[in-house]
Parts: sequence; structure tokens; C-alpha cells
Amino acid sequence: MKADNAKHIDSHLHVRGESQYVDDAPPPADLLHAAVFGSPRAHGIITRLATEAARAAPGVVAVLTAKDIPGVNRFGPIFEDEQLLVEREVCFIGHPIALVVARTAHQARLARELIEVEIDELPVVVDPRQAFAAGDLIHPPRTMAAGDVAGAWSDCDVVVDGRCEIGGQEHLYLETQRARAVPREDGAMQVFSSTQGPAAVQHVTAAVLGLPMHKVEVDVKRLGGGFGGKEDQATHWAAMAALAAAHLQTPVELVLNRLDDIRMTGKRHPYSADFRIGLTADCKIRAYEATFYQNSGAFADLSPPVLARTLFHGTNAYHIPNVRLTATPCRTNLQPHTAFRGFGGPQGMYVIEAAIAKAADAMGVEAAAIQRANLLRDGDVFHYGQVVQRCRAERTWDELVAAFDIDGIRQRAAEFNRGNFALKKGYALMPVCFGISFTKSHLNQGNALVHVYTDGSVGVTTGGIEMGQGISSNVASVVARTFGISRQRVRVESTNTTRIANMSPSAASATTDLNGNAALIAVETILDGMREVAAAELAAPAPHTVTVADEQVRVAGKPAGMSWIDLVGLTHRARKRLSAHGYYATPGIHYDEEREHGHPFAYHVYGTAVFEVTVDCLRGTYAVDQVKIVHDLGRTINPTVDRGQVEGGLAQGMGWMTMEDLQWDAEGRCLSHALSTYKAPDVYFMPDDMAVKFLQPEDNPHGPLGAKAVGEPPLMYGIGVYFALRNAMKAFRPDIDLTLDTPMTPERLLLALHRSTARIPTTHAECRDGSW
Amino acid sequence: MPAGIRFILNDREVETDAPAGLLVLDYLRDCERLAGTKEGCKEGDCGACAILIGELAGEAVRYQPVTSCLVPLAEVHGRHVVTIEGCNQAGLNPVQEAVVEFGGTQCGFCTPGIVVSLHGLLLDNAKGLSLDDVKYALSGHLCRCTGYRSLKDCAATLERDLGSRLQANGSGSRVPALTAAGALPEYFTAIPERLRALRASSQATRPEAGTAASSRPGPAAAAAPAAPTSGSPAVAGLRRVASGDGLADGDGSRPPASGLHIAGGTDLYVQQGETIPERAVVVLGQRPDLKGIRRADGEYRVGALTTFEEFGAHPAVIAAIPRIGAFNHLIASWQIRNRATLAGNIVNASPIGDFTALLLALDARIMLEQGGTQRSVPLQEFYRGYKQIDLRPGELLTEVAFADPTGARVNFEKVSKRTCLDIASVNSACSIRCTGDTIDEAHLSLGGVAPIPLYLRETSRALRGRTLDLETAWAAIHISQQEIAPISDVRGSAEYKRLLARQLLIAHFVTLFPDRFAAEAFYAGERA
Repeated sequence: MKADNAKHIDSHLHVRGESQYVDDAPPPADLLHAAVFGSPRAHGIITRLATEAARAAPGVVAVLTAKDIPGVNRFGPIFEDEQLLVEREVCFIGHPIALVVARTAHQARLARELIEVEIDELPVVVDPRQAFAAGDLIHPPRTMAAGDVAGAWSDCDVVVDGRCEIGGQEHLYLETQRARAVPREDGAMQVFSSTQGPAAVQHVTAAVLGLPMHKVEVDVKRLGGGFGGKEDQATHWAAMAALAAAHLQTPVELVLNRLDDIRMTGKRHPYSADFRIGLTADCKIRAYEATFYQNSGAFADLSPPVLARTLFHGTNAYHIPNVRLTATPCRTNLQPHTAFRGFGGPQGMYVIEAAIAKAADAMGVEAAAIQRANLLRDGDVFHYGQVVQRCRAERTWDELVAAFDIDGIRQRAAEFNRGNFALKKGYALMPVCFGISFTKSHLNQGNALVHVYTDGSVGVTTGGIEMGQGISSNVASVVARTFGISRQRVRVESTNTTRIANMSPSAASATTDLNGNAALIAVETILDGMREVAAAELAAPAPHTVTVADEQVRVAGKPAGMSWIDLVGLTHRARKRLSAHGYYATPGIHYDEEREHGHPFAYHVYGTAVFEVTVDCLRGTYAVDQVKIVHDLGRTINPTVDRGQVEGGLAQGMGWMTMEDLQWDAEGRCLSHALSTYKAPDVYFMPDDMAVKFLQPEDNPHGPLGAKAVGEPPLMYGIGVYFALRNAMKAFRPDIDLTLDTPMTPERLLLALHRSTARIPTTHAECRDGSW
Repeated sequence: MPAGIRFILNDREVETDAPAGLLVLDYLRDCERLAGTKEGCKEGDCGACAILIGELAGEAVRYQPVTSCLVPLAEVHGRHVVTIEGCNQAGLNPVQEAVVEFGGTQCGFCTPGIVVSLHGLLLDNAKGLSLDDVKYALSGHLCRCTGYRSLKDCAATLERDLGSRLQANGSGSRVPALTAAGALPEYFTAIPERLRALRASSQATRPEAGTAASSRPGPAAAAAPAAPTSGSPAVAGLRRVASGDGLADGDGSRPPASGLHIAGGTDLYVQQGETIPERAVVVLGQRPDLKGIRRADGEYRVGALTTFEEFGAHPAVIAAIPRIGAFNHLIASWQIRNRATLAGNIVNASPIGDFTALLLALDARIMLEQGGTQRSVPLQEFYRGYKQIDLRPGELLTEVAFADPTGARVNFEKVSKRTCLDIASVNSACSIRCTGDTIDEAHLSLGGVAPIPLYLRETSRALRGRTLDLETAWAAIHISQQEIAPISDVRGSAEYKRLLARQLLIAHFVTLFPDRFAAEAFYAGERA
């Protein structure tokens, strides 16, 4: 492919600042702005709500509450357990109670400070184990198991157990949540939303307004980042903007500022987990048991399927014959936690890696020895019944070891550590195996609409949302290559519910698979007619001998003197279709939730990463020296796009494991509620020495043009940085049992290195006495 | 009739009567509909709103990238504001091409700001296009999509294509070379002339009083608020503040008569941003008399509005404190350091102010001025309690002075969750002067361990005259632990901060006297 075809399709607009996000489009003259008033308390009953002062504030046009909702004040993607605006019981700080609409966003935010609410407080729970003990669950515990765990411990030479507290993660999409709603004729509503799930926005907005879905049009051009945070939780704000627009019959825009966004939206779920792992002396894992307490927040949101993926990926890339994994979604008074790249998988994988690390400590071996000895192979069976096929676990591991001189890294680290007291190097490998498909099997369907215009240009709409991940680039490439034309001829339109109905959210790494395959089918449908017409015109032996390449029609591979434009005109005049709708449903997947058994994933993505870090044990700070990855990509559609997905996912995973430190106090208040208190990787944190090697391309039968999904799996490489840091810490303090809690902030690291200390010595005598 | 705020926005001159304290970001998006400048955090932490501000410096214009979410509109009076739209030409320029080529943009939301900062790099005479330079330019930017590798990769290409084109002309400007290379639009070449014309016409029309944009040196207390007194607000609903309608600051610590004084604004807007546009403000950035570094009577005299970046780049400072660049690396970002001032850091009174910690260890004094009356206060005596300072109504901090640090060993330590562009859990600075083995003078500070930026008075005093050995170092640690009272917050638990306080003191000794102190000596006994 030409180089210019490999770039992100919107990049020329992005670098000029000309890409339009929701509120960048020129505003209608009478556009109003809304701000959300959220609960100041984490749990309680509203006894009084006074909005008059806010209503009277400068510029304010309306203050809306639950009683202004004409339709149904109830929604939720799994269980309908949430209200758009609270009527009675507030369940987390920031829980939306009222909507202030004013001439400017600034006026709306100032006015909401004048709203008074009195709340009879109820007990606040922020700890999932406490919720579990109280029986306050989103749904009952769910268990996936294989073999006989209880009977296997006695076969083990080493059994270790432990507990980890796993931190959450703020999505930190650079573009905060936003929507603009415009009333249309006949009671209809047009909503421009920064959402990964237009169908959910449409469904909920229609319900809230009491409209049939066909009267709500949701349009999405692009997102300034989503990462799962806008899969379900963009819905609230879009529905609120629509509520205000319907009420006032005026366009209304709602943009959450960063503080509101962090306070009011859910995040990656914090988990608490217990594990027990048993191995034989040859490093083979015989048995593994883990119990996960998911901190689900106040409502179900997407917690149930997130929890499922924790169970699916609880053994990561390892074959373990006896497994028992139990997980429970526990209701707390925090924001309802939601989808985030990896979708529960990272927490599941973290715990097995923690178990392996602790087992390695106990056995006096490197974790890598255990990891390598248990990697999946073809023919193994996952604990949920799917047979391992086209496995790349060992191959990516071995290629990494060979390509990136892992032995050298090990030797240099040991040498460095012998020669340095306060600086210690550590390294760790991290294999990843991630299943591709929505685990709710019915979501695995995609739609595309392809138009060829008479001038030869092509317009494509799919159900996929462009949020930076490159779906538009991929779809355009799939369409262009299949037609045999330049990508410059292809424009990818906004995602719009009037053109594509009932789309699944852009999530689960499956967006290119589902929508790219659907586009492929639409293109083939149009091409079928084109080939017939061309075959007749060119007296070709059969339609299938007609092909298009480089915008020239060929018969049996030979140029036939007919251009793409000629072909389009000919097809149009022959009254063959130049538009087609393509529909794709992933074949062969099924899952029985009763038996926790089936074939939920179309395929798995594999890869292995290595991290080398240096820890300053005096200051408790650290630097990542290098990251190297061997990743299994299938046949890439756009290498630049795919590499960007791998590196970006890696950065997010590294952030989750290190500096991204969500904190709530006992009253349910998010303390890390701004970018001044919540830190994500910056240009200096990510190592300059970073390389990604893709496995020799092989066609993936499930992906368009042989591609493999790439969105989520790389995030979980980031887990490796935690264990690299832990290994460096071990070099400084081989004598103590190191923490397995995350994230490894400089605070956690420094305190861990002094964990055996009752009191920090502050005199020379105390130090000499060895009292630390 | 008083004129409004006048400046050149990209290639056109604008005049506005929008409030002086309105954020440039809001002005650009809401009043000018320049949507390429994005709001990501309004705290200066993401860089999505980066713009360049160009200011006449001699014949040429000096451009600096800043986060427009923390800049008051009056600040840009008489200056050149460059947004992404002002960088655009007919086709992609070399910076834009490189970002596209390496895949440095995914969702695109952070991209315009990054491109603008890279233009700031091209225009900065002191910088090249190495990987380190590009990282420096991106230090104030957050990208959640790429992992930065693709952006770093731009460096080599830019270096190859533009590295040889960065020569400044006779008046110290790279603009002609960059426009010739297609890296900047042509209109940049006429900006110096246009700014001079603008300045001349402004001086002709603007009254001295009643503007914050006055270039006349003088006590700020006499300067009235900047908001114009006539015309309609450009931003609907923003109440303009008439001259003299000054609102007292919440804690009463700043002069009430003339409105809120804004220096760099990099913390003030984070704390009070929502209300500032409605308030009377005095934007100090238009006071060149409060800038500059000079040496007098064996002292360094630093204008209070000197920015962190200017301080760190000044040859005299580098000569006396050679590692100032490394310290600045730990403090904010390029974009913030271009705005943050010494005075702002001091008066803001944050217990973890980074520059304040450093200045405490330099045993600095500050000059306070009111109506021609001056007084000098040792910085260590300026802090009375949490956010309580010895600043009288109407007083302005005009200058910071400290003894020539040449010969002293100076170190600054800071630990935060993220090494760069983060607020310290604990920071500490130390300056020690020795004769042979004897400590003649020592000044230590610790931030984040008390309600005020803490000068370690007892510790510093105890070190004087002592022998530079392990016993002394431990004594310093021990005494300092009695002087601090950390509390738990989002930046760390009290236990952690106490531990860090000890570790950073150890780090000072190990760093300043590597020939005398090894880290392991402090740990002797641990493994016993």
C-alpha cells in the first residue's frame, strides 16, 4: 500500500486543529448551556431541594429536576437501576440531582452553587469487602472452574497465598464528556454526542423523553478519546442535554469540565482479591484459586460483564489444570464504575501474575521460569471450555527472548545491582492472552452502509466510532483495497443512528472486526453488480474474472482499458446498485452462562513484553529504562495505526500500575479529582528505548483482510512494569515480604522498602543499632 | 474613551472590551470561535490549550508557549497571540507533516497544542531539535493515546529538515529562516513592526490610570483594575468590573483597593479560576520593571515577576547554581515555567512551593513596596501560618534578593507521583558552605511537611560550625524531624512524608558531598 494510505485518516485535520468535536461545530445562535448539580454526599435521602435561587441567577433559563422528565427516569445497560436525575436517594458524591440551563456555561456553573439540598445521611460504604460482608451485591457471586482445585493442593510442592488491593483508573480522555442536543420538527431530537455507544444514547434519550427511538437521531463524528469511559457513561450527559433541549425547545449543550467529569463518572474498577497458587518443583502450576471483590460503585452499569472478563482472563496466558475463580460485584457509594480498555481482564491478569511472583519468591526462582513453563499451547482448554487454537503464547515469548537479549538484560541488572547500593535495576516479562469478541455474544454484530457516487467517490458509514483508535482509517482502507481504488476516494462519514441502527458500542477491541467485515460485505455486494456489468461490456468469460486494481478494471488480470470512473458510470447506467448495506455477525461463538462453559471468543491475541527499570531506593522514585514487545497482530491493515494502539495501550497500562492513583476518603469523596492530583504518563515517563516487533504476519480468518484486533490487549503488558519494579525492590531488600498492592506509587514503594521498620530511625545510634 | 485590550491574534489585530481577568482560552473559543485551542483540564496540566505569546524583545519578538487556560486576557495586551490556526498554511508545514508521518496523533484532541508548542521550540533561539529538545517542548502536554514514541520520533526528521535552518538573523530572530523553510506563515515577518505600531498607538490612546496594561513603572497598588469602563461585554453574562470596584481577596491578605493581583496566575487560576473573570484584577505581567536579574553588592537581585524559566536560563544564575536546569526539570513544565513567577510562588504561600523551597535555602529576602515605601523581609519570616503571609494591604512584592551562592553547594530535591509536572509530596532544598571539614553556613528547607514552606531553622543553625561527617548528618536529620509536622493528604500519608523528609536530607548529603557520604553509610546496621 502507498505510504499515504497508512496514516490516520483524520491526522491532517488533527495537526491543523480543524477536526471538529461536539462543541467545536459552529453553535446555533440560540444555544444554551447546561451544568449538572451533583450530590454533595455519598449516600442519603433528599429531604429538601431548593432551586429558586439558582433559577433567579444571572443568565439562567431553567433548572430541571427529576419531575421535569416526561418519559422514564430509569436506565442502565445491564440492569435498569439508575435514574437520570435522582428523585430520592443519592448514592455517590456527584450523583446528578438537577440540571441548570443558562446562556453561558460559566453562568450555569455559578448558578448551580446556589442550589440547596438537604440530605438525611445514610451509611457510606467505599470498601468492596465491607459491601460483600453486608450482602450488598450487584448480583450474586459468579464462579468459573475447571479440574479439581481442592484435590490438587496435595499434589503441589509449593503452595502460597496472598491478598492484593488493586487500584482503579481514571480514563482521562482528553476531551471530557459532552453533548449538544437540537430539537427538530415533529417532536424529534437530534443529539451530537461524544459517545462510544450511539445506540445506547438513542435508546435512553428516547425513553427519557418518552419518544420512539426513530425520533431520536444520534450523530457522532469523533471522540477526543474514550477508552471505555464513553461506552455507557456518555449516555447520561447526552440524555440530559436532550431533556433540557426538549423542555426549552432550544438547542442545549452540556460539557462537563474536568472536575465534574472525574467526580461524576465511573472508572476502571478497583478490586480486592485473595489468591492461592500451588506448583510442583518443576515450576508447573497445578492449582490456582482466586476470589475477586469488585468495587462496582453505586449502580450496575457495565460491572457484570466487566466481572465476567476478570474470570475469563484470570489465568492470563497460562494453562492451569485445576482452577477455581470466583468474583462478586460489590455495591459501594462510589461512582458507578464502568468499561475501561481491558474491561476487567487487567485485574484478573494482575492477580495471577502476583501469585506467580509470590510463588517465585517462595521457590527461589525467577518468575519468568514459572511463566514460561506454563504458557498455553494449542489443544489446551481454557477453564471456560474453549479449546486453545492458533496459540502464539510461546512463540511471542521465545521471539522476545531472542530478539531483545533478555539474557543480557538479566546479566546487566545483576552486575549493576552488585555495584550500586541505592540504585537497583529490575526487569520482568509479561505475556498476555486476550480473548476477542464481546462476551455478551449477541453484541457481536456489525453494520455498514457503502455508497459509490457517480463521480467515483465513496462514502462509508459504519456503526463504529472513531475515538482515535483508527476505525475510520481501517474501514477506509478495507473499502479502498477491496474496491481496488485509492483511499483518497473514500470518506468515512459520521456514525449516525439514522444510517446504522442498533449498533453495538465501539468496544471490546472488536470495532474493526465487526464494522470492517460489514463494510467488506457491502463492498462485495456492490462489486458483484459491477463485475457483471463489466463482464458484459468487456466480453469477459465470467464476472469473477473481472477485478479492479489501482483504479483500473482488469479481466483475467490484464488491464481492460476501463477506469474506475468508467466502471461506476457503466454500473449506474445499467441500473445496478451503487449502494449496499453490509451486515456481519461473528460466526461460531456461543456461551452458556449457567454452565460457565462455551466458546465465547472468536480468537485470542497473544504477545509478550519485557520491562527494565531502575529504582532509586533512597528517594523511592523510579525510571523505566526500556520496554520491548513482541505482539501478534495478524495481517495489519494500517501498521502506523496498529503500532499506535500497542504503544498507547502500553502507556495506559504502565500508568495504571504506577502513578495513576485514584483515592477516595471514607466519606466517598474522590480526592484525586483533578489533573493536578491525578497523574498519567507524560513524555518523560515513557522510555525512549521502546520497541514493538510484530510477529510474521499470518491471516486471521476472523478479521477483515486477515487483521487481528489490537485495542485492548497491549494495555495488559503494562502489568509487567509493576513486577520489574518489585524485582528491583527485592534487590534492595531481599529480606522482606514485599507488597502486592497497586499502584506502585513512589509512596507505596518507599514505605514498602521500610516495611519492617517499627519507627523510622532518625539518629545515628538508632541506625547503628540496626533498629530498622 | 478608554480603549480595550489590543493585541495581534494570529495575523489580525483585535481590540476587545472583554474582562481583563477572562482566560485567554475562553476568549479564543467563545469570543473568537477559534476552536483549535482545546480545554482539557483548565489547570495547566494537559497542554491542550497551548498557545504562543510573542513579546517585543529588542528588534525581534520573543515567543513562548504557555497554557492559555491560566493566562488572563490583559496579559496579551500589546502582544502577539499565536494559536494553531495561526500556524496553519495552505498545506501541512514540516512540524505537522512529521506528526502525521509518525502517527503522533490519534484522537487528535491534544494535537493542536502539541503542534503549537513545537512551533514554540522552533522559535526559541536557545533550543535545537534534538530528542531532548522535543521532550522539553512536550513537557507540558498530556497525550492519552500515543505513548509519545511517535511524537518523539518527530525529532530526528525535524532536525534533519529544519535543524540547519534555525539560524537567527541579526536582530536575533529565527522567523525569516523559518518562513523561508515553510515552517511558519509569512505574516510572522511583519509582526515586530506591527507590535511596535500597536504599542505606539496604545500609548497614545490609553490613559495611564485605569489600565492594567500600563507600561509605566510604579507601585501596583496605584494601578486600577484593567477592565474597560464602556462598551458591551464580549462574553455574555460576564459582569465587567468598573474601575475602583475592587473586590477584596477572600483571605484579605492582598490589597483590596485595586483588585486581585495576578502575576503568572498558574496557581491562582487553578484555585479561583471560576470567579476571577468577574473580579477586578491587576495583571502584573505588563510591568517590565518587575523583571530581570542583576548583581549588586554581592547579592543577586531578582525582579519579582521573573519567571522560573527566565531564572533557570539566566547565565548569572547558571554560573552560581550550575544544576538549576536539573532542578527546573522537576518543577512544572516549560509551558508553566514560562508563566510562573518567583513572586507568585512566594505570595501564593503553598507549603509545597518549589521555588519557595529553593529560595528559602538561598536565605533570600524579599522587597515589599507600597506607595514608594520599601521594606525588606527575610523570606523565612514571611510565613505566619497556612496561607498567612506578612504582606500588608496595598503592598507589592517587587524583588527577591539573596547572597551570591557561588562557593556554596546547592541542592534541590523533590519527590512526586510523577517526576515531571507534578506537585511535590515533599520537596527540600539545601545550601551548605564549608571551609575544609567545617560547615560555615547551612540553610535547609522542607516543603509539604508543615502548614508553611518550612525553613528548617533549628536544623540549619545546628549545622553551623559542625564537622561535615555522618554524625552531623544524622544530627541534622534528627533535629529536622522535630521541626516538621506533616499531615496526610492526597499527596501522601503523614508517615510517608516523614520518611521522605529523612530520605531527602540524606539525599542532600549524598548529592552535595559524594566524596564524604555514601548512601549505604546511612543504612549501616539495617541488615544486621
